[in-house]
Amino acid sequence: MAEEVSTHRGSVASITPEQIKEMERASRRENLGRNWYKFSRNPLSVIGVVTVILLILLATLAPLVAPFPKHAGPFTDFAHAKLPPEWGHLFGTDQIGRDVLSRIIFGLRSSLLMGVVVLALVVPPGVLLGLLAGYFQGMWIEAVIMRITDIFLAVPPLILALAVASVLEPNLWNGMLAVSLMWWPWYTRLVYGLAVALRNEYFVSAAEVTGASTAHILFREILPNTVSPILTKMSLDVAWVIIIGSMLSFVGLGVQPPEPSLGTMIADGARYLPDQWWIAIFPALAIVVVVLGFNLLGDGVRDMFAAQET
Amino acid sequence: MSLLNFLVRRIIYSVFVLLGLSIVIFLIARVMPGDPARMAVGARAPQWVVDRLREQMHLNQPLVVQYGYWLSDAVRGDFGLSLITQRPVTTDIKEFLPASLELVFFSGLLSAVGGIGLGIVSARYKDTWIDNVVRVFSYFGIVTPSFVFAILFILLFGFTLNWLPIIGRVHEQTAVPPLVTGAITVDALLAGQFGTFFDALRHLLLPAISLAMGSIAQEARITRSSMADNLSKDYIASARALGIPERVVMGRFLLKPSLIPTVSILGLDIASTLSVAFLVELIFNWPGLARYGMNAMLHKDLNAISAVILVLGAAFVTVNIIVDIIVAQLDPRIRLSATRSA
Repeated sequence: MAEEVSTHRGSVASITPEQIKEMERASRRENLGRNWYKFSRNPLSVIGVVTVILLILLATLAPLVAPFPKHAGPFTDFAHAKLPPEWGHLFGTDQIGRDVLSRIIFGLRSSLLMGVVVLALVVPPGVLLGLLAGYFQGMWIEAVIMRITDIFLAVPPLILALAVASVLEPNLWNGMLAVSLMWWPWYTRLVYGLAVALRNEYFVSAAEVTGASTAHILFREILPNTVSPILTKMSLDVAWVIIIGSMLSFVGLGVQPPEPSLGTMIADGARYLPDQWWIAIFPALAIVVVVLGFNLLGDGVRDMFAAQET
Repeated sequence: MSLLNFLVRRIIYSVFVLLGLSIVIFLIARVMPGDPARMAVGARAPQWVVDRLREQMHLNQPLVVQYGYWLSDAVRGDFGLSLITQRPVTTDIKEFLPASLELVFFSGLLSAVGGIGLGIVSARYKDTWIDNVVRVFSYFGIVTPSFVFAILFILLFGFTLNWLPIIGRVHEQTAVPPLVTGAITVDALLAGQFGTFFDALRHLLLPAISLAMGSIAQEARITRSSMADNLSKDYIASARALGIPERVVMGRFLLKPSLIPTVSILGLDIASTLSVAFLVELIFNWPGLARYGMNAMLHKDLNAISAVILVLGAAFVTVNIIVDIIVAQLDPRIRLSATRSA
């Protein structure tokens, strides 16, 4: 950095590396502010962010905000079973007397955890494979990676996730593992497409002729230019991962009772339709709110990056 | 000739993809802790029976050899016995597949008609309250999982309004038509039993709509936006300037190119309803392949799981090929470039 500056001897020679860092920080702050401005122009995106923040707060503070925290565990109170919604139990109580609202709040934990953990497991390897396949286009690396990707993409992820989850011990972590195993190819394909286009750009050729290492080209030249599509896909994917997670727990291949999860609550409650409708319907609406929140947020992120490019 | 060429290449490639899928499935089935031979005969069978079965099932040989045996059986349509039904898996699949295909086909029909219809209405009345209603509906349709729709519909149409049946394929007392295709609606029509046909149709409605909701919403959204995009293009303006009737401009000039993205997404959606059907068939007690597969998964019936996934994979790949052909027919650019490159 210091060398670059010293070539302009005279007017700017007095700038120190610290000052450059400070300027970089300032411009980053400015970019952030500009992005937030673009993002917040759409009220729906703001609703999405607020919903997601509220959901995260509810989930993390569950023991404090849930009216009956004990009801999230192995708890029975048959005297108060199947109570319809009322002041004491806003969403009613279930077949063994547990407060439905409290269980929904605790159930958010596994849903949100699923979204975060699966993406954290899936994105790094998916992106890395995509970068390798795209940069080494036409070589055996590309052929191997992309053909394997095609195989995984040949079947809807839900079926393979169900199959993997079913052969493993059913619990939340194996459910996450099953979904992750099926999800990485989408990132590989996305980044592959971007990397194929980027590898022919002049700045990549420039790095190549100056003898930059492959790692430098992959991670410092190509990767930074793929960040916004990856972030967009991630923000939209959270909702899908949460849906698939709830499907796994709906069929009993995810979170195990007595631990609450929205999917198992719906499956259990469905047996008490139509008379005790609240046992199934409130968790079902909760899933819709969670997915809607993340979807609005994701759409906002997508529009923000789309606006950046034009 | 070029289409044939394209088709042959696609099919050969799909066969390789399915081969790869079979390896993945085989590995998943073998990851399973426990002895498949022991599971097949039960815990109380003497050890020598298990040993003999292990020999028969080639379980003592290397994994690659096991895969070879498994694949050569699978290609000949032999997936072994199902643990749950104690019958050959192939027999089970033949019995359950038609019900699933009937459901998926009907739900695909609903998505195509409903989604494209709503999209056209939305684009035609763009930025009016009609458009806004459709857009809000689409948003909720996309974010709501199909099993949630299933539960809501059961409560609303099944119990509260009591309009539609919520379980099975026909009413208990309805005479089932002689089995020809396995799809009750088709068989009833072939046998001329119209009462049975309508009964079967009523039973199809709720599960099919639950499956279709997501893709109706998606199709409506895509049709709307692609029609809105094309509406501002020059060729529409020149068609109007030439005095071509608005109905023809809309119906022929605008609709056809606007349907290209809709059709490709519709194909993907129909293919993925194959997987969502796993939950919907379970909820509506629909005796299809997906419910069979789901039960197999819940009971760790490995032979059945492998076969179901492979069959669904083949169906998924086939649907994708068909979609590619339809899109090529709709889009002269793809058709012409295929001719030129061949």
